[in-house]
Amino acid sequence: MAEMRMRDALREALREEMLRDEQVFLMGEDIGAYGGSYAVTKGLLDEFGEERMRDTPIAESGMVGIGIGAAMGGMHPMVEMMTINFSFLALDQIVNSAAKLYRMSNGQINVPMVVRMASGGGSQLAATHSPSLEGLYAHFPGLKVVCPSNAADAKGLLKRAFRDENTVIFIEHTANYALKGEVPDDPDYLVEFGVANTLRSGSDVTIVGYSGSVHQAMRAARMLEEQEEIDAEVIDLRTIRPLDIDTVVNSVKKTNRAVIVEDDWLFGGFGGELSAQIMERAFDYLDAPVARVSSKDVPLPYNRNLEFAALPSEEDVVEAVLRMFKE
Amino acid sequence: MTTPIQSAATTELGEEQLGLFLYQMVLIRRFEEKCGELYTKGKIKGFLHLYTGQEACAVGAIAALEERDKIVTHYRDHGHALARGLDPNRVMAELFGKATGVSGGRGGSMHLYDITKGFLGGYAIVAAHLPLAVGLGVASQMKKEDSVALCIFGDGSVGEGEFHEALNMSVLWKTPTIFFCENNLYGMGVPLKESLSTDIPKLAAAYNMPAVSVDGMDVLAVHTAMKEAVAHARSGNGPYFVEAMTYRYRGHSMADPELYRLKDEIERYRKRDCIERLKTQMFEAGQLDEAKFEQIAVRVEQVVEDSIEFAERSPQPGLDTLFDFVTKEPARG
Ligand SMILES: Cc1ncc(C[n+]2csc(CCOP(=O)(O)OP(=O)(O)O)c2C)c(N)n1
Ligand SMILES: [Mg+2]
Repeated sequence: MAEMRMRDALREALREEMLRDEQVFLMGEDIGAYGGSYAVTKGLLDEFGEERMRDTPIAESGMVGIGIGAAMGGMHPMVEMMTINFSFLALDQIVNSAAKLYRMSNGQINVPMVVRMASGGGSQLAATHSPSLEGLYAHFPGLKVVCPSNAADAKGLLKRAFRDENTVIFIEHTANYALKGEVPDDPDYLVEFGVANTLRSGSDVTIVGYSGSVHQAMRAARMLEEQEEIDAEVIDLRTIRPLDIDTVVNSVKKTNRAVIVEDDWLFGGFGGELSAQIMERAFDYLDAPVARVSSKDVPLPYNRNLEFAALPSEEDVVEAVLRMFKE
Repeated sequence: MTTPIQSAATTELGEEQLGLFLYQMVLIRRFEEKCGELYTKGKIKGFLHLYTGQEACAVGAIAALEERDKIVTHYRDHGHALARGLDPNRVMAELFGKATGVSGGRGGSMHLYDITKGFLGGYAIVAAHLPLAVGLGVASQMKKEDSVALCIFGDGSVGEGEFHEALNMSVLWKTPTIFFCENNLYGMGVPLKESLSTDIPKLAAAYNMPAVSVDGMDVLAVHTAMKEAVAHARSGNGPYFVEAMTYRYRGHSMADPELYRLKDEIERYRKRDCIERLKTQMFEAGQLDEAKFEQIAVRVEQVVEDSIEFAERSPQPGLDTLFDFVTKEPARG
C-alpha cells in the first residue's frame, strides 16, 4: 500500500499494464512530452518510447478509429480523449465500430481497447468543457463504462480494463484527480467490473452515486447522521455498465428509500435508468418514490455562483432525503 | 506525383492468372445480377448496393495481396468478398440473413466478414474504416508482421474528416496502408465534381503520399498499380494511394430511381466494360476462345445457382441467439 493521488494511481496502472503486456500502447493528444492534460501519462514517454506513447494530431475520430484497427490487428490500445467533450468527435467510431463489430461479425472480431476521458464540472470551464455524460456511453450495448471515485478503484479498474476483450470507456472526474488514497501496489490488483462498493452501511436510506458524486453522497450521509440522526447507506457503483443492480436493490429492500446522485443532467440521464430498474425490482419495498439529484437542465455556466447552483451538492442530497421522510 | 498507369502487357501475367481474373469478374457480375433479381423477389432485404461495372477494381486490386494481408472495405462489398475468395455460398446466405452466412445473418449485405481470409468487414458509415486501416497498419508494424492493410472506399469518402485524419496519420506514422478509392463519379446521386473542389489524388499528394490514378475499367491497369502500391507499403515506405476511375452500372442501391444521370452515359461506360475488355485482349493474344469462355460462364452459373440453393436451404439463426456476441466474455487473466 502507498498513499497517492488518483492521477498517480492511474499512471501506475498504465505503467504496470504496459510492462505486463507489450500489446498495450497509448495514443492521444499531448500524452507524450507534455505528460497529458491532467498529468496522468507524465514520464511514460521516457520509459516506453515513442512507438508505445504516441502523440496524435488533434483528430479524435481518426485516433479512436486507429485504435480500433490496431485492436483488430491484435494490439490493446488505450486512447486518451483529453476530455469527454472532445469524444463527441469520435462518437461514430465508438458507437458504430467499437461497440458493434463483435456483434456484426458474429463473434469473429472484437475490439479490446480502453478509451480514457476526463469529465465533470466545477472548475468554471463553462458549457463546452464541463459535462458529465457517463450515461450517454452506458446507453450503447457492446460498451463497458467505468467511473471510479477514488485512487485505489481507479488503479484496479483501469488494470482490469486492459484484461477486457471489449472497448471500455473509462471516465475520470476531474475533481477526483487530486484526491489521495491508499493504493495497493500488488501488480495483480484488479477491481472487477459490475461490482458496486458499499462505502457505508445504513438502515434508513440508500444513496447511490458514481464517479464524482460519490463524494457528495458520503458528505450528505455524514450530515444526515450528525444533524438528523438519519442512517444512510452509500453505494459507489464503480461501473455503470455492467451495472450491479443487485447490490442496489438489496440495499433498497433494507432501507426502503433510494436517492441517486449524479453530475449528469436530470432529463434522460443515467439516474432515470437506475430509478426505473429500482422500481421494477423493488417497488413493493419503497416507502417513497426514488429521488434523483442531478445537474440542473442547463448548459453549465461559467460564473462561479451560477455553476455551483447548477451542479448537485451534498445539501441537495440532504434535502432530497428529508423530503422523503416528510412525505 | 500523379502519374497515369499503363495497362500491363497481357502476356506478363500468364494465361492462368488472366483466366482467374476473367472468372472472378464474370462471377461477380453474375452474382450481382442475381442479387438484383433476388431483391426484387424479396429474398434479399435491407439495403443492397450492387457492384456491376466495377468488377475490375476488386479483382485487380485484391489479387495483389498476400494471404496475411488485411482488407477493410465499404458497404458495396460483395465483389471484394468474392475476389478475396470468401465462399459464395456463405456470402449469399448472409444476404438471405441465414445462420450459415459469413456474419451469421447479423450483418447483411453491407457487413460481410471473414477473418480467416483477412476480410475484416464492409463498413456502412462512409469513411469510418479509413482510420481502421491505419490502425491495422500500426498493429502490423508493432507486431512486425510484414502485412499490409488494403482500404477500399468510394469517392464520397473524401469529403469526410476521417479521410483526412487517416491519410495524415498514416503518412506521419508510415503505416503499411493502401488507400484504394473506387471513383465511380457519384456519391449516391451527387456527381463528384459538385462535391469536391479538387481532384482526389491531389488530396493524397497534399499529405505527401504517393498517389496514382488508373483506369478502373481495366483489370490489368488496376493490378499493375496495386502491385506497385503493395510493394511500396510492404517495404516500409508508408502508405500509398490508388484512385481507380470506374462506373457503376446500376443505381446507388436498389432503392435508387436514378433521376440524376442519363441512360447514354451508362451506355458509354458499358462500351468500356471490364469483362469485354479482358476477353478481347485474351482473344487477341490467343489465350482464350469461345469454347473456353463458355466453360467459364457455365462454371460461374453453377457457382451462383449453388449459392442460392445453399442460402435457401440454410436455417434461420435461432431466436435463442439474439443476445449472442454483444460483449466478449470472460476477461483475460
Ligand atoms: C457518414 C455517412 N453519411 C451518409 C451516409 C449515407 N450514404 C450511404 S452511401 C453514400 C454515398 C457514398 O458514395 P461513395 O463513397 O462514392 O460510394 P459509392 O456508393 O459510389 O460506391 C451515402 C451518402 C452514410 N452511409 N454514412
Ligand atoms: Mg461513388
